[in-house]
Amino acid sequence: MMTIIQWILLGAALFSVGLYGVLTRRNAVLVLASVEIMLAAVNINLVAFDTYLSDPAYTGQIFALFVIALAAAEVGVGIAIILMIFRNRHSVDVDELDLMRY
Amino acid sequence: MTIGDWLTESANWAFLFLAIPTFVASVMVVSSRNVVRAVLYLVIALGGSAALFLMLGAEFVGWTVVLVYIGAVIILFLIGIMITRAPLTKSVDLSHPISAKAPAALLSVLLFGVVAWAVVESFGLETIPLPEEATRTGEIGLSIFTSWVIPFEVVSFVLLAALIGGIVLARKDEPAEVP
Amino acid sequence: MPAAVAQLSRVAVFLQEHGDSAELAQAGDGGGLAAYAWLIPVVPMVVAFLILFFGKYSPWKGWGMATAALGFVAVYGTVLAVANLRDGIVAEFSVNVGDIGTFAIEWGWVVDGLSILMFFLVGVVGLLVFVYANAYMKGDARYTWFFASFTLFAGGMLVLVSAPNFIQLIVGWELVGVSSYLLIGHYWEDMDNIDAANKAFMTNKVADAALFIGAIIMSLSAGSFQFSEIFTRMIEGQTTLGQFGFWAGLAIFIGAMGKSAQFPFHVWLPDAMAGPTPVSALMHAATMVTAGVYLIARLFPFYQLPEFSGSVSTIIVIIGAITLLSMGLLAIVQDDIKRVLAYSTVSQLGYMVAALGVGAYTAGLFHLFTHAFFKALLFLGAGSIIHAVHSNNMSDMGGLRKYMPATFWTFLVGTAALVGIFPFAGFWSKDEIISSAFFNATNNPEFAVWFMVVLSILGAFITAFYMARVVSLTFFGTYLGDAKPHESPAVMVVPMVALAVGAATAGLLNIPGLTEVVTDWVTTRAFPIVEHHFAQPEYFLIAIVTPVVLLGLFIGWRLFGPSSELHYTGTGGEAVDVSAPQRKVAVERDTFRIPVLYPVLENKYYIDDLYMNGLVRPTMGPIADATLWVDMNVVDAVPNLGAGVARYAAAAVAVIDDNAVDGFYNVTGATTGATGSFLRQLFPGRVQQYVALSFAGVVIFAALFVIF
Repeated sequence: MMTIIQWILLGAALFSVGLYGVLTRRNAVLVLASVEIMLAAVNINLVAFDTYLSDPAYTGQIFALFVIALAAAEVGVGIAIILMIFRNRHSVDVDELDLMRY
Repeated sequence: MTIGDWLTESANWAFLFLAIPTFVASVMVVSSRNVVRAVLYLVIALGGSAALFLMLGAEFVGWTVVLVYIGAVIILFLIGIMITRAPLTKSVDLSHPISAKAPAALLSVLLFGVVAWAVVESFGLETIPLPEEATRTGEIGLSIFTSWVIPFEVVSFVLLAALIGGIVLARKDEPAEVP
Repeated sequence: MPAAVAQLSRVAVFLQEHGDSAELAQAGDGGGLAAYAWLIPVVPMVVAFLILFFGKYSPWKGWGMATAALGFVAVYGTVLAVANLRDGIVAEFSVNVGDIGTFAIEWGWVVDGLSILMFFLVGVVGLLVFVYANAYMKGDARYTWFFASFTLFAGGMLVLVSAPNFIQLIVGWELVGVSSYLLIGHYWEDMDNIDAANKAFMTNKVADAALFIGAIIMSLSAGSFQFSEIFTRMIEGQTTLGQFGFWAGLAIFIGAMGKSAQFPFHVWLPDAMAGPTPVSALMHAATMVTAGVYLIARLFPFYQLPEFSGSVSTIIVIIGAITLLSMGLLAIVQDDIKRVLAYSTVSQLGYMVAALGVGAYTAGLFHLFTHAFFKALLFLGAGSIIHAVHSNNMSDMGGLRKYMPATFWTFLVGTAALVGIFPFAGFWSKDEIISSAFFNATNNPEFAVWFMVVLSILGAFITAFYMARVVSLTFFGTYLGDAKPHESPAVMVVPMVALAVGAATAGLLNIPGLTEVVTDWVTTRAFPIVEHHFAQPEYFLIAIVTPVVLLGLFIGWRLFGPSSELHYTGTGGEAVDVSAPQRKVAVERDTFRIPVLYPVLENKYYIDDLYMNGLVRPTMGPIADATLWVDMNVVDAVPNLGAGVARYAAAAVAVIDDNAVDGFYNVTGATTGATGSFLRQLFPGRVQQYVALSFAGVVIFAALFVIF
């Protein structure tokens, strides 16, 4: 028998790995890629719970679809922002983006 | 249920067969020293998750992941890498030094630990029913357009906004043409 | 429930005691005429949006559609009024739109005497103002847009007055609010006008919040949003309504104070003069400011019974009385002719509100009715003058009688109606208010009512005085402006003449004992209106009030008229710098007359300053400036507010002030700054550090949740 926790633990593991990537990557593109891993982890959780609950309205699957759509939008805008930063500063190193403290 | 019982179930072998490469690939995404390879590992990670969706019977979600992520998002990433002129070979400054990695790793492990603890506490060994057959795409469509029609419309607005936002951000401000 | 029974019997006794007037009028349901009355609010609303989209391509660029819509309302309103006077119409229709729990959300329309009165006024006055606006707005850059928002303004008011429940009333209320914002800020190229629009909107919003709260309290305690249901609950003697009635009634009245610009919410109305003059005319006559009066009239049975509303009616009387006198005084010192009229409107609204508070339902609404005619007339007259001399300031006018005879004579009729000269409209309506107040004061001696009687007679004097000033400074003496004055085109004069006819004759509709048209008109309601009706005019009070009015006119004429040696004759016609010297002349003229009061009145009792410094600046200013603000305003405002007294006291404690108080704020500021710099060291501004910290927080909280 498959247990529910094996799915959730996989999701948690992927999420933690993604978080690690977000925290340690310096290249902004790779930070975005790590965010994608976190979102994939969330999707696994959503779909696993959907199956677990046998939801007649497929809430979990549909929210996974929404997450995918928003993630696509996020990547589009994110890459555009990175592009603009690169154009202005000739670098995509997130360490140099420290203007927020002023 | 012991670990032996768990391993006798063939579905769990299939799960491990998909989950382990997914996990390893995602670890490579966050640790590879080559930008392009990192993004290509992302393909494997996402492909693995798509296969896991199929295993759960979420056929439509799985194929959507393949289409949207592997088909489009990865291309965006590669273009982003090329345009920003990242070094295409091994390089050290893709990540922070070890002094910054250590607390990040600690935090990630802690997060995983807390979540794992919470999940085991609350779910124990409850089983998940393996679906007899895949969810029909038609039913998902029906659900989207009955129960979830308003969120669906909202998402379409978000996509439109992202479209416009992406164009506005990425286009060069041309100096005004002097006629 | 013994309490409920006791209350029920008290209401029943109350109704029986006043049985003579409380019997229900023989009202029909109006048949198809009432059933199709939903067109009245819907047509202007639809047309407003049609103008917005297609106005530019239509003939007359949207003016035609707007006028046609208002014409429709005017005709329908008149037909309803006639039918109401013949048969009486009391009808209510509701369509369910949706439910919230046990509360039904309904859209509907009430057709009874009160709403027909408002349909009629909005339609007829609106139509005339729209005709006039065609010429006035000619050449405006946003001509079509103006008529779209103007039609929306009228439509919002009609939604409001046709509402049978609180939900729709609030929808209309906000529609009026937002379209007034658009109209006041119509000339938004000028920062002052934007400020005026914001001021009007924000002041109204504060009051609207109170209306919201009141409507919710009342609806929850009565169990329905419907007005008719609430009244039914009152007859049944529901106790929850009695328990919460005072607070509900007070909060709703505060909402009404905002729209009707009652003291201390009056600050927005004079500034709302920034809008085009037709807007001012409609806003002051039939739309917007009458909404508050309408609301009190709609809930009149509730406010009348102290078993339910407690002492709210006393508060209403006092607020109305304070408003009618204090705002009249402010009108004396204004140089801008539209501002004089604006303060005059606030003062007259004080009369209406006080009349409703004192239980004189018909008198208050009768004054609203007549006021709509003469105040619209006066505003159109003022607009005609402004159109001719290109200035709002009376120090730029004078001697216009020769140049603009039609404007002069119609303006004179409006003045006579406003100050209450026999037999013009204001005479009858103001007399009825004062008579009713006096009747109440003698039968039920209460401080508030006597207060109102005295103040309303004083108010009549002040009204006469400032109108005499306006007429003498504008139409008599020497012309002081630069532009060549000329009579306005016929399309502007015709509405003025029509309104002048109304202003002259509207009062004759309700002479006590003779013609009681308006009484029959407005008391046709589902819930019986209990009030005293006079069999004949109160000659005793007329004998007091009319000499007072004439005295006011005489003094005003002596002080500001051409015969006064102090009237500024100057070197008329000689074109000097418009702003500075003439402004100085106007100021000197007033200072000379009213030496003590002038500084207080010129600064509008400092209420605007109080709001600006006490409320607006602190909320508008960034939080980073908070310390600085405390330093500048609180410490400085104390001497400002307490005027001289505080200043002398401050001198004694100046040493403490300089060292301890300033020191305190300096230390506070320095501490904040130092803390900021210190914290900035901790956070180098790296995004990933922020992410790490927030996830660390997540982990900690998640762990806490799992443990406990």
